[in-house]
Amino acid sequence: MLLKKLTEANGVSGNEKEVRDLIIEEIKDYVDDIKVDRIGNIIAYKKGSIETPKIMIAAHMDEVGLIVTKIDKSGLISFKPVGGLDKRILVSKVVKIGKDRISGVIGAKPIHLQKSNERSKALDYNNLYIDIGAKSNEQAEKIVQVGDYIAFDSEYIEFGDNFVKAKALDDRVGCNILIDLLKSDTKASIYAAFTVMEEIGLVGAAPASYQIDPDIGIVLEGTTCADATDVESHLQSTNVGKGPAISLMDRTTIFDRKFRDMIVETAKENNIPYQFRRSSAGGNDSGRIHTAKEGAVTTTLSVPCRYIHSPINVMSKDDYENTGRLLKQVIKKIEEGGLK
Amino acid sequence: MEFNGQLLKKLVDTYSPSGMEERIKDVIAEEIKDYVDEMKVDTLGNLIARKKGNGKKIMIAGHMDQIGLMITDIDEKGFLRFTNVGGISPFISLNQRVIFENGTIGVIHCEHLEDIGKMKLDKMFIDIGVSSKEEAEKQVMIGDVCVYHNSYYENENRVMTGALDDRIGCYVMIEALKQLSRTENDIYMVFTVQEEVGLRGAKTSAFGINPDIGISLDVTATGDTPKARPMAVSLDKGAAIKVKDNSLITHPKIRKIMIETAKENNIDYQFEVLEYGGTDSGAIHITREGVPSGVISIPTRYIHTSSELASKKDINSCISLLTKMLEKNIEL
Repeated sequence: MLLKKLTEANGVSGNEKEVRDLIIEEIKDYVDDIKVDRIGNIIAYKKGSIETPKIMIAAHMDEVGLIVTKIDKSGLISFKPVGGLDKRILVSKVVKIGKDRISGVIGAKPIHLQKSNERSKALDYNNLYIDIGAKSNEQAEKIVQVGDYIAFDSEYIEFGDNFVKAKALDDRVGCNILIDLLKSDTKASIYAAFTVMEEIGLVGAAPASYQIDPDIGIVLEGTTCADATDVESHLQSTNVGKGPAISLMDRTTIFDRKFRDMIVETAKENNIPYQFRRSSAGGNDSGRIHTAKEGAVTTTLSVPCRYIHSPINVMSKDDYENTGRLLKQVIKKIEEGGLK
Repeated sequence: MEFNGQLLKKLVDTYSPSGMEERIKDVIAEEIKDYVDEMKVDTLGNLIARKKGNGKKIMIAGHMDQIGLMITDIDEKGFLRFTNVGGISPFISLNQRVIFENGTIGVIHCEHLEDIGKMKLDKMFIDIGVSSKEEAEKQVMIGDVCVYHNSYYENENRVMTGALDDRIGCYVMIEALKQLSRTENDIYMVFTVQEEVGLRGAKTSAFGINPDIGISLDVTATGDTPKARPMAVSLDKGAAIKVKDNSLITHPKIRKIMIETAKENNIDYQFEVLEYGGTDSGAIHITREGVPSGVISIPTRYIHTSSELASKKDINSCISLLTKMLEKNIEL
């Protein structure tokens, strides 16, 4: 199962090598050209048989995580977040540090020693530490250095009615859909960009789109899903099981209206369920792609992921499969002259 | 200079939220087509009009888009929930009328709140005068965008209307084009898209044009109302030459040329230091290898409301300053 391999690989922003190597291995026999650019993006080109506007499809390889900032005398490790994390979810989680995947657990002082104001709010980074079972800083420093990346330790598990639990579904699910597309046959030529450092400010997408200079950009994402029972319906950005989420707007892009209409039409024609991403919060690589050089027309297709940016993202495999199906049909539509 | 209220009214009454500037683009293209040598629309929808010359390549930018509200949810009773497109304040929006592209009218209201200070956009809704989801969906879909409904008013020396930000910049550019006599400069009048959401149209159009000089036309705030936040810009004191805002420090040579041009032609001007906000020149000046840029600002009260207020005298000063600058042989 490729998604298991992808999500269990570690690639906190700026440290995507493990994921990158895995993806290159997967796609190299299916593309005509492949390179790693100066900032670390994979830019792959699959030559098609017909002329279309230049299509760039992007998925980011990186995931949110932590980084080591200090090793205490006691051997306990201080850290800071890389990317947007909800610090309330950190305590008691199991993590892996650095290339050698040193095991650690995130600890805090016990509740009876916490002051009353500490109990009522989330513990801050200064009150959390990672315990790697070292007795002193000398011992800890032999296996962990300041600057080492820290990823959540979370196994890929399938459960319930075709659901998946894993870390980093944002955006390994997008990477997986893009890999699947490259393995299939398309008439259109495809530029695939597996980007770096999306989670810390869409960093890789800027040089990627500058090199490719696409006419059309498609971003594949795992996106926020707020369909919990206590969230009012108008605040639920997406729902699990209702199909790929088509973006309307976010902090970085107002998605092209004609492209959106074309995608909706394509979904209807092919009986693929879809939903709109009914929130303008967040942003993704499209922000960089649609404003690169003289501009591009873009969309984002997302798999709704509950508990995103935590070690336990949950998604429906149906949504994942339907996102892949919709992507293929949209490309077919472009091949037929849609969006010209 | 005759004030062309008819044109300004047409511009501000045209529906044009960020990302949906199609209609205003058509209105402007029709208005300027006889005064330019060529026109094109780029990928994001910027209208790029060129008046050819052999001199410096000058990009003039005014944004066509206005702030709006995008529908995110329609409930069983037909009430609409929304998110902001650009800088929409909940307090300004309360009880404001809105209009959609297809002419549907609605009013914005809020859930009952014990503390009105806690009003946020996600507590607010739009009532379009229907009683069910089915009825609402005949007129409005998720993803549709509405803008504040407008009512244009002018008297002898004031205009009061929504969307002056930045139709007034477009108006100044159009009127300058009409007045412009012979010039050596290679002039690109760019009516940009998506300024209100982050200077996006200016970024791509400037990349395409690769200008030697960039000037934007946009509104700026004033400090001349009762107990206003201190700011040395007032209505009737002339075109505001921007010194800085959050997106740009005006290139000293551009500032100097603007001052010289104003003095030579007896055009009223004042300086503007804006402590917040930014405009298209913020994106233009860091395009490619950098573009010396500045801004001519139109002093405007109550920006981002449906009753923005500006002085006709200032507007005319802005037109004169832009026209005279474009007629000059600019050396950097």
